Amino acid sequence: MSEGILDYGDHSHDDHHGPEKGFKRWLFTTNHKDIGTLYLTFSLVMFFIAGFMALIVRVELFEPGKVLVNPEFFNQMTTMHGLIMVFGVIMPAMAGLANWLVPMMIGAPDMALPRLNNWSFWLLPFAFSMLFSTLLMSGPAPDFGWTFYAPLSTTYGPKSTDFFIFSIHMMGASSIMAALNIVVTIFNMRAPGMTWMKMPVFVWTWLITAFLLLAVMPVLAGCVTMMLMDRHFHTSFFNAAGGGDPILFQHVFWFFGHPEVYILILPGFGVISEVIPTFARKRLFGYASMVYASAMIGILGFAVWVHHMFTTGAPYGAQLFFMYATMLVAVPTGIKVFNWIATIFRGSISFETPMLFALGFLIMFTLGGFSGLMLALAPSDYQYRDSYFVVAHFHYVLVSGSLFTIIAAIYYWLPKWTGHTYSERLGQWHFWLSVIGMNLTFMPMHFLGLAGMPRRIPDYALQFTDFNQLCTVGAFIFGFSQLIFLYIVITSCFGKGTGKASSQVWEGARGLEWTLPSPVPYHTFETAPTIT
Amino acid sequence: MQKSMTRLVLFFSLCFSAVAAYATPGINMPYGVTPVSHEIYHLHMACFYVCCAIGVGTFGVLIYSLIKFRKSKGAEAAHFHEHLGVEILWTVIPTLILVVLAIPATIILKDIHNTEDAAITIKVTGYQWKWKYEYLDQGISFFSNLSTPQDQINNKAPKGEWYLLEVDNPVVVPVNEKVRLLVTSDDVMHAWWVPELGVKQDAIPGFINENWFIATQPGTYRGQCGELCGVNHAFMPIIIKVVSQDEFKTWVSAHQNVADQSQHTQMLALSQANAAILKKQNHHAKKVELRS
Repeated sequence: MSEGILDYGDHSHDDHHGPEKGFKRWLFTTNHKDIGTLYLTFSLVMFFIAGFMALIVRVELFEPGKVLVNPEFFNQMTTMHGLIMVFGVIMPAMAGLANWLVPMMIGAPDMALPRLNNWSFWLLPFAFSMLFSTLLMSGPAPDFGWTFYAPLSTTYGPKSTDFFIFSIHMMGASSIMAALNIVVTIFNMRAPGMTWMKMPVFVWTWLITAFLLLAVMPVLAGCVTMMLMDRHFHTSFFNAAGGGDPILFQHVFWFFGHPEVYILILPGFGVISEVIPTFARKRLFGYASMVYASAMIGILGFAVWVHHMFTTGAPYGAQLFFMYATMLVAVPTGIKVFNWIATIFRGSISFETPMLFALGFLIMFTLGGFSGLMLALAPSDYQYRDSYFVVAHFHYVLVSGSLFTIIAAIYYWLPKWTGHTYSERLGQWHFWLSVIGMNLTFMPMHFLGLAGMPRRIPDYALQFTDFNQLCTVGAFIFGFSQLIFLYIVITSCFGKGTGKASSQVWEGARGLEWTLPSPVPYHTFETAPTIT
Repeated sequence: MQKSMTRLVLFFSLCFSAVAAYATPGINMPYGVTPVSHEIYHLHMACFYVCCAIGVGTFGVLIYSLIKFRKSKGAEAAHFHEHLGVEILWTVIPTLILVVLAIPATIILKDIHNTEDAAITIKVTGYQWKWKYEYLDQGISFFSNLSTPQDQINNKAPKGEWYLLEVDNPVVVPVNEKVRLLVTSDDVMHAWWVPELGVKQDAIPGFINENWFIATQPGTYRGQCGELCGVNHAFMPIIIKVVSQDEFKTWVSAHQNVADQSQHTQMLALSQANAAILKKQNHHAKKVELRS
């Protein structure tokens, strides 16, 4: 979208207000780049913690019988792994990308509400400290799965559940403020000439995501508040014995939970729509239909939540409505996949690390989409529901989906942010080990689920042993290969990369952010660029 | 770069051949022994083949492009970036495919909901962590607990063939009879799932959910709890024995006798206890009398 930029802004006086020194810089910062870095660093730390928990789970599942941990701790690990990966890794990483990129992509000097921005980040470390503190309490930490179904989490929940509830409240407040900030920024801070249909797709997808967040995070807050009331203030929202309704919990949770799934993936769609055109050296195919498809996915996301509840005794008519609506999601998602392929078609393709991750995403996310279509069919869902087939499905769309897009984004924009290039060879090692590890971990889970293995069990029948061992081996390959990523990120952040990055970085890159020098100055676009 | 491309193609072809090699029983969804499980199986396979076809088309074009239009091979990028015709095409065709899949799904779903005209009704109640079965018309009721010894779970004894898939009291049903299930829970959510029967129904406190099956082949079918229900979620399996009509009748009368007997013993015990209490009271009363 950058062709026709007349004025790049004047950066000659940047030195006058550089960052503060030391610890205060990070605590008090209102700079969108600093806050972006904070979000991304936080996400990276959480990624390794939650990944470590996943490895504990995989070790326990290496063999039938007790291997390493007891069922009680196993349930805490699966719960924490899920919660942290969703709320502590993917969401903050996406927020970090938005902070770094949205102002630079629309030609704004910063986010619209910089102090709110600081607060929305700094809530997170406290929220997660509170969540982690439950592991040290007497009695179990939250052990009811990341979906925390009542009454297992209310009447039967451990004492630590209250800390879990408050940490969810804080995470929700953080997300709402971040989303609000992004919406206000995009609406008000676009440079002259940056019309709606000139905005990069990443900005569009984040705008839609931000609206989804604003709509559903309060629902989650309501859900956990009702839990708190049930636990301590003698209400019976979810308690059947008091005239309440345990299914109401699931309705409220999934009314948040399903749009949440699209919150996790939509910004990733945006990333891929930036990366693929760069390395195909060809404009994104069907820009307008990409935007409409993203909006369509966002809207449909509100009308499909009962597909998580097909076996709860939902009536026939409701099942039909939600089955059809869920199947319809395949249409806009298909449009996106076809558009990306059409972008690649007759391009001039090269395979740098960001492109490899984008292609890995394209193929494996589509596989996750296929299992999603299968899951959408309510009759088959009676067999798939709560089996490892579901685990395989959502890891294909979350690991090779959301996570791969985040990694692609980091590899793509890191040289621009730090001013240093990284070792392409190491990046490729990271990619191939990740792809092999990821498929080895999650492909066999399809077969386990179809053969009848329920999810969230610490011990299993003998017939499931072989595939579980494959999964565990794959998980270790995947987990340890992420250390390469850590090494690459750290070396380029601290100036030990392979060389200096040019301002263009990638031959085919287009967009306002590539008109800025590398590394990007602390303040950019203080004078708005003009886009024609 | 060319090398990594070849590796990419190689890797994914290996992946798919691995899938094909493993497409044997025990890997796929069981065909099962009920009309519904058969229908679900066919729908599942139909959807799988549709996905395969879409996958071959989509990935075919993708991989062709990745091989053909490489910069290292001197490919020059074309300049097209929109085409209304293909956009409409790849909106309409997937929609039509979805309609084709939705029709059988709608019909099968209606079948799943038809719980009428059942010969036997069993009320299934989930507990932390066992199942209770009540044959409403036969007056039989019992709990079904995991029978795998703790030593096997703690690796102190060799694991049996049906490790974690064995119970003390299996459910017994007659072959070729419609069995209606009324599923509920006494505490948290559970789910009653037997893959071979094509039945999974959540057990929810305060609700009674219905499902049904007609098992067409005698045999033993095994399932598990399908909804996280606490620490021992993995340890409350479901075992169903499908037997002939005659065997079922024998089982029912045997169990009714046992039930009667146990009721009788209970009554006896109760009356003895009552007698004892009465005696004690009398004794006490006498004592009081003596004192006064």
